[in-house]
Amino acid sequence: MRTDISTSTLLEMQRRMTRIRRFEERAAKMVKRGLIPGAVHTSIGQEAQVVGACMALDDDDYMTGNHRSHGHPIGKGSSLGPLMAELVGKATGVCRGKGGSLHLADFSVGSLGESGIVGSSIPIAAGSAFASKILGRPRVSLAFFGDGAANQGVLYEAMNMAGVWKLPVIFLCENNQYALSTPAHTVTSGDIFERAAGFGIPGVRVDDGQDVLAVYDAVKTAADRARSGEGPSLVEVMTYRFNEHSEGLRIDNYRDKEQVGEWLRRDPLDYLAARLRDRGVTDEHLKALDAEVMDEVDRAVEFANESPYPEPSVAFEDLYTDEVTAV
Amino acid sequence: MSVMSYLGAIGAAQREAMEADERVVIMGEDVEANVYGTTGGGKSRSSEGDFLQLFGRNRIRNTPISEEGIVGIAAGAAMTGLRPIVDLSYSSFLYMAMDQFVNQVAKNRYMFGGQASMPVVFRSAMFYGLNTGAHHSDRPYPMFMNVPGLKIIAPASPEDAKGLLRAAIDSDDPVLAFEAVKLWGLKGEVSDEAFRIPLGVARTARKGTDVTLVAISGSVPDACAAADRLAEEGVSVEVIDPRTLVPLDTTAILTSVAKTGRLVVVEPAHRTCGAAAEISALVAEEVFDALKAPIVRLTAPDMQIPFSPSLEQQMYPTRDGITAALRRVTGLKPA
Repeated sequence: MRTDISTSTLLEMQRRMTRIRRFEERAAKMVKRGLIPGAVHTSIGQEAQVVGACMALDDDDYMTGNHRSHGHPIGKGSSLGPLMAELVGKATGVCRGKGGSLHLADFSVGSLGESGIVGSSIPIAAGSAFASKILGRPRVSLAFFGDGAANQGVLYEAMNMAGVWKLPVIFLCENNQYALSTPAHTVTSGDIFERAAGFGIPGVRVDDGQDVLAVYDAVKTAADRARSGEGPSLVEVMTYRFNEHSEGLRIDNYRDKEQVGEWLRRDPLDYLAARLRDRGVTDEHLKALDAEVMDEVDRAVEFANESPYPEPSVAFEDLYTDEVTAV
Repeated sequence: MSVMSYLGAIGAAQREAMEADERVVIMGEDVEANVYGTTGGGKSRSSEGDFLQLFGRNRIRNTPISEEGIVGIAAGAAMTGLRPIVDLSYSSFLYMAMDQFVNQVAKNRYMFGGQASMPVVFRSAMFYGLNTGAHHSDRPYPMFMNVPGLKIIAPASPEDAKGLLRAAIDSDDPVLAFEAVKLWGLKGEVSDEAFRIPLGVARTARKGTDVTLVAISGSVPDACAAADRLAEEGVSVEVIDPRTLVPLDTTAILTSVAKTGRLVVVEPAHRTCGAAAEISALVAEEVFDALKAPIVRLTAPDMQIPFSPSLEQQMYPTRDGITAALRRVTGLKPA
């Protein structure tokens, strides 16, 4: 475990995890009230895995996400206002209201976008790593994908090319143990991280993915390796989503209540809060941090609510870079 | 000007683009060995013009047989600073990468509100009419015309192959290039200068006044030959090669049919929802009043492609078939 991480960095980790938690709690409420249309998948419970990975990257490093991806741009430093406006479908949304919860992208923080198709954005991350290598820029790319995507063939096509070309890319499997309702172990042969060995690249598993520092360590090692030209790594992080697969979905027959209760007690925010207290950070300080984030979320919602909906003509823009229009 | 083959023109365009811009890279199966003749001067590494010698493996590299991964990696690279040309060899191989084409390449710019640009060209060859069997004979460009966000070129002459490919490489949007193998050996005058043919501008291959014949890709030489035959009989056929299928030069087609009052469309793809169907519908909607005869489509039937030469021959529109259709719509007696 790294001991050289400053308290201010730990506080920033706590802040980013709290931003994800409060943002998504609010989004879930808004879904319930019908204020956010469409499907919303939260990463509540998985914040350590998201923030540990994002903070192990540099600001201009690239990453791609998946359907459960509000946390990724937040973890990388996005402003909450345009993200919330996007969830609501407003003109000021980060994707002008054309992406929504399933397609957030914030290129200003290196977020190359989420994919609603499981596994589909993995080669996009590898491609950005390919460009970095060919253009000689010292950037690293990271693909976030779940245990479900670990059974998509395109992951292994990308891993093979990344391995043989020594691309600076990290394949990060967020193993929350269920592909919707299907337990990963019932559809996955062997351990996911061990598949890296078949490609001659390092594969590690972070068993306690609720510990942001454990995730940070593993991803930092992979990022340093990638940046020094040694190629890709696979990092599997064991974690758990606290909410349902998507908001509004109610299926309680596939996760054991005891198991859920056990994981709810392993809250990544509490985990890091305890470490911060060990370093002498006061409860007041932590409460103030939470209040600041709550205020930031309030302002983001306010921004989203006060923003106009996009003009209908916006639906016909951004298909091409030039003036070619729909027939 | 030089006389160049269709394939040579593609090679010339690729070399020019590679020399002009370091962000242009070529990737694909067997590109280093110049297997298909568009990435080098000859089949020997020592031949003058060998791309690997000229540009090094950073700029031209073989890929594994992983079409979905290749297309996705090219897309990600295009979104972050490279301008890849991907050689997918056979057009039938595009299906392996359908998710990447449809969900990433075509949608990323749109879904992300214009944050992404996707300057990438995907080249593939249609090996139809060469007894390659059902897995290698596809002409799948109409499927991709149905995917908003992709641009599609289908050049039918050496000059167009060079000029359109240069324009495609310049484009900040994804372009799919469909090249008919039966055109590979076609020779023609091509400018030695770097030139571009803008996407979305049709070429009028023959000027005429009695009937408009829109021909696509490998059907263009047959269409021109049929037009020449009719000219001898006093029928003036206007042959239009759209060259680009997305965006389609609708003005050129509509203006011509408004003038001639008759339309025959010929292409090697399947009938249902083909480019010919789209062009016919467009004309029926926009210039119906000008029509003096029913529109005629000449296409491959909605049937798979058989292997045996004796079976395959009948599957695509022929010069004689086009001639007969032109006679029919102009009221001439069959020859």
